[in-house]
Amino acid sequence: MQLLFSGLTLGSIYSLIALALVTTYNVTGILNLAQGEFVAIGALLAASFYSRGFALPLVVIFSVLLTAILGGLLERLVIGRAQGASDLTLLIITLGLSTSLRGLALLLWGTDTYALAAFSQGQPFLLGGASLNPQSIWIFACVLLTLGALYLFFEQTYWGKVVKASVMSQRGARLQGINLETITFLAFIATGALGALAGVVISPITMATYDMGFMLCIKGFVAAAIGGMHNIHGAVIGGIILGLLEAFSAGLISSGLKDAIAMIVLLIILMIRPEGILASLKIRKI
Amino acid sequence: MNALNKATILVAIKKHSPLLIMLFFFLVALIVNNNYIYSTLIVIGLYSITALGLGILMGYAGQISFGHAAFFGLGSYTAAILATRFELPAFLALAAGALLPGLVASLIGRQTLKLQGHYLALATLGFGILVHIIFSEGGNLTGGPSGLSDIPYLSLNDLLIDSDKKFFILVCIVLMLLILCINNLVHSRMGRALRAIKESEYAAENAGIDCSSIKQKAFTFSAVLAGLAGGLYAFYVTFISPSPFGFHTSVQFVLMVVIGGLGTFWGPLIGAAAVVVLGEVLRELIPLVIPGAGGEYQIIFYGLILCGIMIYQPQGLSGLAQVIKGRSINASRNFKAK
Repeated sequence: MQLLFSGLTLGSIYSLIALALVTTYNVTGILNLAQGEFVAIGALLAASFYSRGFALPLVVIFSVLLTAILGGLLERLVIGRAQGASDLTLLIITLGLSTSLRGLALLLWGTDTYALAAFSQGQPFLLGGASLNPQSIWIFACVLLTLGALYLFFEQTYWGKVVKASVMSQRGARLQGINLETITFLAFIATGALGALAGVVISPITMATYDMGFMLCIKGFVAAAIGGMHNIHGAVIGGIILGLLEAFSAGLISSGLKDAIAMIVLLIILMIRPEGILASLKIRKI
Repeated sequence: MNALNKATILVAIKKHSPLLIMLFFFLVALIVNNNYIYSTLIVIGLYSITALGLGILMGYAGQISFGHAAFFGLGSYTAAILATRFELPAFLALAAGALLPGLVASLIGRQTLKLQGHYLALATLGFGILVHIIFSEGGNLTGGPSGLSDIPYLSLNDLLIDSDKKFFILVCIVLMLLILCINNLVHSRMGRALRAIKESEYAAENAGIDCSSIKQKAFTFSAVLAGLAGGLYAFYVTFISPSPFGFHTSVQFVLMVVIGGLGTFWGPLIGAAAVVVLGEVLRELIPLVIPGAGGEYQIIFYGLILCGIMIYQPQGLSGLAQVIKGRSINASRNFKAK
């Protein structure tokens, strides 16, 4: 039971990151390896604001806003300049960005570990002989909130339809007068904010360090690969599956091999079903 | 007659100018006879060996690998474990260090290289991380996070390679031999097939090229070179731990190939030299600009350089030389994924 809870918590963390990755990937065709750095910078900013004595809601808003601005800036200054480059060129660019941002975080925050206070005080809930950290519930809530927001955006708003159109056919969207550059720009702002939100909400559990982002980004990708890169619900389910797998293998076999499990899952999935194991379930593509 | 001779000599010099430049550096290093110069050049040489292999894979075949540090590390660990735990003769251990990564690469290569673009990049990345975890969690065999020490020097019969100078000469010989091999390779049927695959796999397949087999061979070849470099590295530093074989090193290898210029013969060598020299310069310079800053901050610059080159100069330093010469560059030829 305890393993189940920690698996679900881990899984929701991965889900949040996978959601951001899948959103960028579908909207812009870019697999953003710097996504993990948005998470790290969001978490570190939050820790800094918090230690200056800001109230928690303000901390969340500030760090999400700042990281969103960072995401937008990076798109304008770096990624937007490489219009028309091939997938791999763009991938190497985001890799370079990720490396630079990690260096920058190291410069600003050093190698220390920062902690953010839990969002709500109180004892862990006891459920079936296992304890559930209240922060886990905040993380679940964030996943549901993000999922809901994305759903509403894509299904109910005019801009959601615009983005969907450009996912279906970039050329067709352009012919309808849709400005793809603007959409890419907005996507990076949105995923910057989403990454920061993930960073803030998980840092009471995982702590914030300058190099937390990279592994999270890879795990997020594994989660997205399980669910299939084209599918937002799949990303969440993939994240939960990965979290449970990791928690149970760490609890039952060895904790040192936790990260290895994710990589093995990644390799197996990429070799057998690169389209994602959930793709066959025909979950509606956004 | 005389003029013709002069012209052919000039052409020959031009054609082999990088080789001559290397020879020049080789002689200068021997004359200066300074251990710092030797060790820097050895590191450049070892990275060059890996980068040459990766250059075949990335530049010629148009595939990508974010996991080459894993092969570099596998070579190192294989050589070190065989030489210390099983007390195999050093040269045999070195050969095994080159062969094992090749074997691993040929086993995983066929399936892995079916993947395209993002998926291939992430699969190799995942493989690299997995191997890195195995190094640090390998218990007694790999020595865990603290690694293996007391690796003997390379020796063959009476010849013991125990000084930087001797090792430098060895690395130079290996590098020269490899350059000759690769020069033959890229001008052979195989080399043309690789370039065909980069331009378009469909077209290559239609021209009768067995793409997956050739990609697998290129991948295996690059892994053998990385393993060889790794094995030499183990015998050079005589102490290894998991940390130099992580993702950061894989990124550095990619950086070398990209900086040097994808699909150019001398690119990987230039790139390896540029990255190592840049690292040394940054390590000296950064503390002057930002007081109290350590060498770790160089990754900011590595990242920025990687971005800058991919955006503005996808042909790398070799491309820059051609721009200076006034030739037109077709940048879109770079990395045609589909």
